[in-house]
Amino acid sequence: MAGVTLNTVRKTYQGGVDAVKGVSFDVPDGAFCVLVGPSGCGKSTLLRMVAGLERITSGDIAIGDRIVNEIEPADRDIAMVFQNYALYPHMSVYDNIAYGLKNRKTPKDEIDRRVREAAKILAIEPLLDRKPRQLSGGQRQRVAMGRAIVRKPQVFLFDEPLSNLDAKLRVQMRVEIKKLQKTFGVTAIYVTHDQVEAMTMSDILVVMNAGEVEQIGTPTEIYRHPATRFVATFIGSPPMNLVPGTMQADGSVRVGEAHFRLPPHGFVPGRTVELGLRPEDIVIGGSDNAFDMKIEFVEELGATQLVYGRLDGAQLIVQVPSGSVTGAGGTVRLGIAADRLHVFDPATGRRAV
Amino acid sequence: MDKRTAFNNRWLPLLLLLPQLVITLVFFYWPASQAVWSSFRIEDAFGTSTEFVGLENYQVLFSTPAYYQAMVTTLIFSTAVTVFSLSIALLLAVMADREIKGAGVYRTLLIWPYAVAPAIAGVLWYFMFQPSLGMVARGLRGMGYDWNPLLNGNQAMVLVIVAATWKQISYNFLFFLAGLQAIPKSLIESAAIDGARPARRFWTIVFPLLSPTAFFLLVVNVVYVFFDTFGIIDAVTGGGPAKATTTLVYKVFADGRLGGDLGGSAAQSVILMFIVIALTAVQFRYVERRVNY
Ligand SMILES: Nc1ncnc2c1ncn2[C@@H]1O[C@H](COP(=O)(O)OP(=O)(O)OP(=O)(O)O)[C@@H](O)[C@H]1O
Ligand SMILES: [Mg+2]
Repeated sequence: MAGVTLNTVRKTYQGGVDAVKGVSFDVPDGAFCVLVGPSGCGKSTLLRMVAGLERITSGDIAIGDRIVNEIEPADRDIAMVFQNYALYPHMSVYDNIAYGLKNRKTPKDEIDRRVREAAKILAIEPLLDRKPRQLSGGQRQRVAMGRAIVRKPQVFLFDEPLSNLDAKLRVQMRVEIKKLQKTFGVTAIYVTHDQVEAMTMSDILVVMNAGEVEQIGTPTEIYRHPATRFVATFIGSPPMNLVPGTMQADGSVRVGEAHFRLPPHGFVPGRTVELGLRPEDIVIGGSDNAFDMKIEFVEELGATQLVYGRLDGAQLIVQVPSGSVTGAGGTVRLGIAADRLHVFDPATGRRAV
Repeated sequence: MDKRTAFNNRWLPLLLLLPQLVITLVFFYWPASQAVWSSFRIEDAFGTSTEFVGLENYQVLFSTPAYYQAMVTTLIFSTAVTVFSLSIALLLAVMADREIKGAGVYRTLLIWPYAVAPAIAGVLWYFMFQPSLGMVARGLRGMGYDWNPLLNGNQAMVLVIVAATWKQISYNFLFFLAGLQAIPKSLIESAAIDGARPARRFWTIVFPLLSPTAFFLLVVNVVYVFFDTFGIIDAVTGGGPAKATTTLVYKVFADGRLGGDLGGSAAQSVILMFIVIALTAVQFRYVERRVNY
């Protein structure tokens, strides 16, 4: 077993696209690391560099204590699950799973034992003789997983493995993958742009944007203390509300008529900031940091409702239990706890307090 | 959905089929039946009258050693051309498939020979290897090699094989390249991660996935060397020396046109026709089952 270490890893593609611009982080042995970020931010590129499918322009990648920059994918002792599963269409499920073992000259009876064991874990034993084209999407996904676990690699790599499945299957497989990873204790790096997957599966969450790491931390840390405005709005659904305000001498931030009192910090009175409020942190009739909002319209989600309005001209979305508010037109009194407020520097986008 | 369309008028469908039927009748069934008919007849020495002789032409054919020699020649020629043109084209396609600088130019250059007419290609090779004038022939002789395809049958055979192979490589290359490019890159990458080295990746993943293309090309190439190399042989060696490069197709021409034996030549055509029909049938059967993975 081994962790993965990235040290100022860069990738410039031919033609000058800087896909990854100096990324460093550490995935401890046995941890489940999720790379999340918008499309084109370099997640796949980074993962492919760890796999050895893409050359590193500069920097180092280590698996365990071994720098793998110049090592062939075959010798990195990793397994990868691709978005399209990449099952070998001319081989049976059995041969697909056995392929990696055959290449490594594993004895026949051991191959057989391990393939059947993997098939059993994934409940695909009845499918072993079929060809990939005779399988459903979910079954193909399992075969791809089987191919990864049968080799007992040091590291699992996943590139959006669930994005071709329907919503229900996605939830089921998400749980299964996480369970398998814990059972085997294998370090995993998982690329996704689905933030539910990101939050639920990760021990370590890496949020990327435009080839750079925005923040690394546990999902809770990232949710509670987003380091940048980008992270704040990227993680969480509906996204965090951002409203411009001004710092006051009394240690609060003024937004129009409303004042938001923050925990004591180094304040610069007069400084303009962006105040962040998560829709789900805002409560109706709260006594902390109360303010009034005119309701523009209401969306029903079943368990909760989204109330749209404005705070000093900026749009505000509030998520409250269903039935809290009826229809548009009225005014509602809202509040938010001081420790749920986020303050960002409008110029740098970094957390200011 | 039922794909059949109901025609109210019974003549309309026939009318729509007519052009195709006429072309097939005029350019295939008519000459074919003519060939079958003449294969049962013998022309007299002056070409003024013919006589019905039944299967005699066929009997004569199968009792002349020359016919068997042509069969052997055809076998050697077609096997060599097919094997070389397929394997060289595959090698070139695999190299062109890699992302290299100038790949576009390289591909275009490889495709050009296909645009050259067989007879022109033949003349080209004839001149290059012509013992007294050809550049290559001079070079060979300069190196002390006794090159004379006009006298040496084996050398003549090598020459037509090279010329016919050269002509066919482009075609095979195009199909192989298209086949290679249709293989998802992630399969190769997945195999690389699964511990397969490039050679093993080729034989266990790429080659099996190319096999439908390869089989299709095999049939096309066999048909090509059987029937389409006439122009090349005629231009390069004229079937000689001493019939060393006379293939079955060339013999049809040589006996019928040059030798004046129309009946015997027609009988040979009929036999060749059955070979084509057999090959086509094999191909059709295969095409139906071709998505077998
Ligand atoms: N082979 C390549 N050559 C040149 N540029 C590339 C290549 N592959 C990716 N890029 C560029 O690098 C950047 C990062 O791409 P990458 O595939 O890593 O994004 P991603 O985060 O995985 O996005 P997605 O979520 O859409 O999969 C993009 O701007 C992309 O256009
Ligand atoms: Mg990607």
